Amino acid sequence: MDFLTIIQILDSTIRLATPLLLACLAGFFSERAGIFDIGLEGKMLIAAMFSAAVAYVTGSVWLGLLAGAASSVALAALHGLASITFRGNQLISGVAINFLAAGMTVVIAQDWFQLGGRTPSLFGGARFEPIILPFAEAVADVPFLGPIYAELLSGHSILVYVTFLLVPGTWWVIYRTRFGLRLRAVGENPAAVDTAGVSVVGLRYAAVAICGVLCGIAGAYLATALQAGFVKDMTAGRGFIALAALIFAKWRPWPAMWSCLLFGLLQAIALRYQNLDLGVFTVPVQAMDVLPYVLTVIILAGFVGKAIPPRAGGVPYVKER
Amino acid sequence: MDVVPKWAEVTLIPIISLLLAAIFSAIVIIAIGEDPLNALKIMVQGAFGSTYGWGYTLYYATNFMFTGLAFAVAFHASLFNIGGEGQALLGGLGVALVCLLVPWPHWTIALLFAMIGGAAFGALWAAIPAWLQAKRGSHIVITTIMFNFIGAAVLNYMLVNVLKPKGSQDPATARFAEAVHLPTLHDILAPFGIAFSKSTPANVSLFIALAACVLVWLLIWRTRLGFEIRAFGKSQSAARYAGISGVRITMIAMLISGGLAGLMAINNVMGEAERLVLNPTEGAGFLGIAVALMGRSHPFGVFLAAILFGFLYQGGAELAFFTSIPREMIIVIQALVIMFTGALDNMVRMPLERIFLALRGKEVR
Repeated sequence: MDFLTIIQILDSTIRLATPLLLACLAGFFSERAGIFDIGLEGKMLIAAMFSAAVAYVTGSVWLGLLAGAASSVALAALHGLASITFRGNQLISGVAINFLAAGMTVVIAQDWFQLGGRTPSLFGGARFEPIILPFAEAVADVPFLGPIYAELLSGHSILVYVTFLLVPGTWWVIYRTRFGLRLRAVGENPAAVDTAGVSVVGLRYAAVAICGVLCGIAGAYLATALQAGFVKDMTAGRGFIALAALIFAKWRPWPAMWSCLLFGLLQAIALRYQNLDLGVFTVPVQAMDVLPYVLTVIILAGFVGKAIPPRAGGVPYVKER
Repeated sequence: MDVVPKWAEVTLIPIISLLLAAIFSAIVIIAIGEDPLNALKIMVQGAFGSTYGWGYTLYYATNFMFTGLAFAVAFHASLFNIGGEGQALLGGLGVALVCLLVPWPHWTIALLFAMIGGAAFGALWAAIPAWLQAKRGSHIVITTIMFNFIGAAVLNYMLVNVLKPKGSQDPATARFAEAVHLPTLHDILAPFGIAFSKSTPANVSLFIALAACVLVWLLIWRTRLGFEIRAFGKSQSAARYAGISGVRITMIAMLISGGLAGLMAINNVMGEAERLVLNPTEGAGFLGIAVALMGRSHPFGVFLAAILFGFLYQGGAELAFFTSIPREMIIVIQALVIMFTGALDNMVRMPLERIFLALRGKEVR
């Protein structure tokens, strides 16, 4: 494996880790506020469909992004309604949202475009184009550092850079602002937050809405940047890998980035090599596909450090009567 | 005291939830420019209008009874087994190995051992998350989700690298021998002079699913173990105080749950496909969640809900054939049923509570 191959694999790692990281941060906000969300997958999927459809019709990828985020927030609001207002089972609501998105995307796409449940291919202004960082051309020939800058760091769409900037942003919001403190508190001990006179319902709806926006961007990235258009079930389990990454990172933002990069790397390797020949034995592609899930189970089992979820996660808050 | 009487809890709430799901489904159908009443007519005609339709409806219902019971048993212990899909996939592997490795003389013996194989593989796939939940406190929802993906990969690997016959491009096992083919409803009903469509997959597994409904009812409401499962589900601390071991109940409930999900494979793998293919369950494992929620985790409710979803699946297939409504509309309806019966049930219950309180107020006066 030569230097350029490694650069290429790492390059696709960044591209594949981006949607995972967006969905992972989405789950981070929701779960730190005490709302379990196994519907990340569904929210990404519906955003992918609406962003591609609107981007195709209007020719503007930004309007597509807006539509995608709006559709994802609508599903998030449904999740909020079920789990906050009506104090329903958050897991069941998540399952329902995943199915709702899986069905609705195909029903709507088929009704609008009659292409068997996908959208037409996007091109030009209907897609996020790669951004060439300054001097990328000029330094490309510098040995070692040149390719790293020109090939690896340059040439991604704007969403990729925004996503990685969101990691310190999220850290700052959660650990350095009043809103973040209250958000964490509402996920650990909502009664205390209520006693302090802060609205538990309001905070949780805010967290669920942020989760919807981030999932929406993740879905729009899939359909308008990573690929050119929506196809049926295009999220392909990414919402669940993001959930796994969140647990793997033990509900913290910086480790979330590293675990998404790790799972992105696994996807990049699986994409490039069908069966990885390590000389002694061959790793089948299926093993690479399941490694994120297996690692998560091991972390959950507590054999390698314990993953402790927010204490009030999954429990509806009932005011004292 | 519960405000809503028990009869309303088990009839009114599911029926109102179902009506809400139906209304929203109708809105979606109108939005894509079709007539919901006409759609309903096509679905009823397609699912119940002929023995051909009945054959498919009952075939799907058999799958859903197994996975619905699987979810219900774990749910009684307050365990959210979302891994029915993976357990049913592994059950398929168990059934296929039993059918392929031994030259069975007759289908009855083969079926008996296939049931053991399917249930054992399904139970095994539930055992690891159960153990991790019981002993290490790992959240069973997350581990069973992960095990769905791992199970799909295991099946994929086995089919592509191990079980695929030499020279075949198709990732599937060889066909099972003629001797292990299960009798279909056509074969069973013919001696009684009932002409049942020859080309449907409904088979003898239906009766095993019905027997499973009865057995689960006996287990949950007529045995000490069932009592312990329900007690553990209602209050873990009270159950522990009464001397019920949480580890034991978690393991047993999940093993039964996984076993029932694995048993589904006698219907779809042995009865219908007669070989193991990629994705043999087609989402039936997940549908078990909807069936159990709709049926309020009661075996009779599961039976009714399984028939209802069998109707939706078969009717939905006909719908895609005759109208511009795609097959995925079934998934939308399924999602709405799960949403209204499972997550938004308080939305229905709260106004009902108010009505019953008002009614009771009058009686007292």
